[in-house]
Amino acid sequence: MTPRVVFPNRILPYLLLAPQLAITLVFFYLPAVQALYQSMLREDPFGLRSRFVWFANFRKVLADPAYLNALHVTVVFSVATAVVAMGVALLLAVMADKVVRSRGLYRTLLIWPYAVAPAIAGMLFLFMFNPSIGTLAVLLRKAGIAWDPLLNSTDAMVLVVTAAAWKQISYNFLFFVAGLQAIPKSLIEAAAIDGAREVKRFWTIVFPLLAPTTFFLLVINTTYAFFDTFGIIHAVTGGGPGKATETLVYKVYNDGFVNLILGESAAQSVILMIIVIALTAIQFRYVERKVHYG
Amino acid sequence: MATVDLNDVRKVYAGGFEAVKGVSIAIPDKALCVLVGPSGCGKSTLLRMIAGLETISSGTISIDGKVVNNIGPTDRDIAMVFQNYALYPHMSVYDNMAYGLRNRGTPKPEIDSRVRATAKTLELDQLLDRKPRQLSGGQRQRVAMGRAIVRNPKVFLFDEPLSNLDAKLRGQMRVEIKNLQRNLGVTSVYVTHDQLEAMTLADMLVVMNAGVIEQIGAPMDVYEKPASTFVAAFIGAPPMNLMALTHGADGTATVAGGAKIAGHVPEQAAILGLRPEDAIVPAPDATQKGALSLPVAVEAVEPVGMESFLHCAIAGERIVVRVPGRSMVQPGDRLEIAAGLDRLHFFDKDGRRV
Repeated sequence: MTPRVVFPNRILPYLLLAPQLAITLVFFYLPAVQALYQSMLREDPFGLRSRFVWFANFRKVLADPAYLNALHVTVVFSVATAVVAMGVALLLAVMADKVVRSRGLYRTLLIWPYAVAPAIAGMLFLFMFNPSIGTLAVLLRKAGIAWDPLLNSTDAMVLVVTAAAWKQISYNFLFFVAGLQAIPKSLIEAAAIDGAREVKRFWTIVFPLLAPTTFFLLVINTTYAFFDTFGIIHAVTGGGPGKATETLVYKVYNDGFVNLILGESAAQSVILMIIVIALTAIQFRYVERKVHYG
Repeated sequence: MATVDLNDVRKVYAGGFEAVKGVSIAIPDKALCVLVGPSGCGKSTLLRMIAGLETISSGTISIDGKVVNNIGPTDRDIAMVFQNYALYPHMSVYDNMAYGLRNRGTPKPEIDSRVRATAKTLELDQLLDRKPRQLSGGQRQRVAMGRAIVRNPKVFLFDEPLSNLDAKLRGQMRVEIKNLQRNLGVTSVYVTHDQLEAMTLADMLVVMNAGVIEQIGAPMDVYEKPASTFVAAFIGAPPMNLMALTHGADGTATVAGGAKIAGHVPEQAAILGLRPEDAIVPAPDATQKGALSLPVAVEAVEPVGMESFLHCAIAGERIVVRVPGRSMVQPGDRLEIAAGLDRLHFFDKDGRRV
């Protein structure tokens, strides 16, 4: 065993940690505590006085049908985004794994979309699927589909899910490729000799062995769909039509910064914070207990 | 149950590298054929070609009289034991063994009875619910064997199956594999780089080097009559001593700076071979000396226990001599070693036996 390196200086370590701690405190903990405090305040319409109301904001928010609608939208949106993003990425990764020549080029090209900013990705899809000028919208209409994301809430949902999933596919692809490469080739060969053909091999050997990667990505994608898709929704639908694509994060923004109902918006973000903490905890537990095969 | 015939089989990789350069082997039914050679000699490639995991560049491979060149591994009815066992980590021992049967649509009760019977033979019946990671190396090895046996294939292929085990377990498994193979009577091809494994397991020994076959034969024939200096040096531990041989003008052959060989030496012979155990250290007063007598200087002594190896030098040549038991010889001693004419091997300048 190597002995632990001990530095005699007692102050220096803290001094070296200080900048990071300061940033964390000022930019993360302070706002979080403020949000927690604000979630228990109610302000008058002019923002002149505020009253401490304990959990009244939470009660109001949780009883609000609009909030429950946003929760429902978020779940539908997140599950759909995660499933589409992961399904397509897995398909692409399996295909890319088979490519022998210039596989590096394929991979690089497939990873590119991840570098596109969410709002720009949103704009891309907004234009492509715009009912009046969009190239793809024209094709859809030619195929006999009455495409109108501006009025039809299902179409709108499909559009934001597509845009959000498209951006995440690259990231998932990267992990799936790595996951596929980590599966020993001899296992696939053994399965082939054991009489399993390609599709069977995938479902009985490859897919189960990708489970750690898949689970990790499920957590990451859900978190992404929950929190990082504001830009896309803002650019593509603005939460509409009606409130058909208004997710929890979007509602926080709308209530807080557009409608200026600060207390309730803060309460909503505290609830979101709890969801993040729960999701992160699951993820950490998972990472800690990462399955080791072999 | 099946013969395996390789006819002028070649493997050329995309980069132009020729791993297997025209190999022909006829493996009779129920035989255990061992492919042995140093790493990179093409033995594993050849095995993988028989398995269908590598394409065949030219030549044919037939199993049971049927050419299988264009048949995938799934349909060749072979079973393979991999070096790293390649057990499915997410499946229990039972499922690992049942997988191949399930894929072939064997009825459930039959799968169950076959898996349990095989597990019993391999003493795995207590471990059927375990996952591979909960098993020791030897147990994993057995599961890998069981997975192959349970399918009752036409041919077994073994790709260095014992190289991940410790020496003691390796010896044990070697005997088990031999017995199993004999009892089941399944034609087998076994790849190894370990000459001891090759010697003890093989019915038919194939020594390979740089993509070509150096010699095919029964293990003891290969040992007694190595076809080339490569085989002579590869089979046997420590390897055969090889010395340059020169023919004098008067028709006598000499080695190691002047030691004459009494008796007939083939004219083409350029290299003399002598196995360490065939060199004897005669008693100082012995009157009967061999065809060859070499005065050597002992450089090192390696006591192994039941025998000792003397590393000797004479006129720039190095010779290893095996002596039984403990040796009283010390480094620095001078010795006279001798060998009978029938114990000498002669090779021509290209290393071929003459």
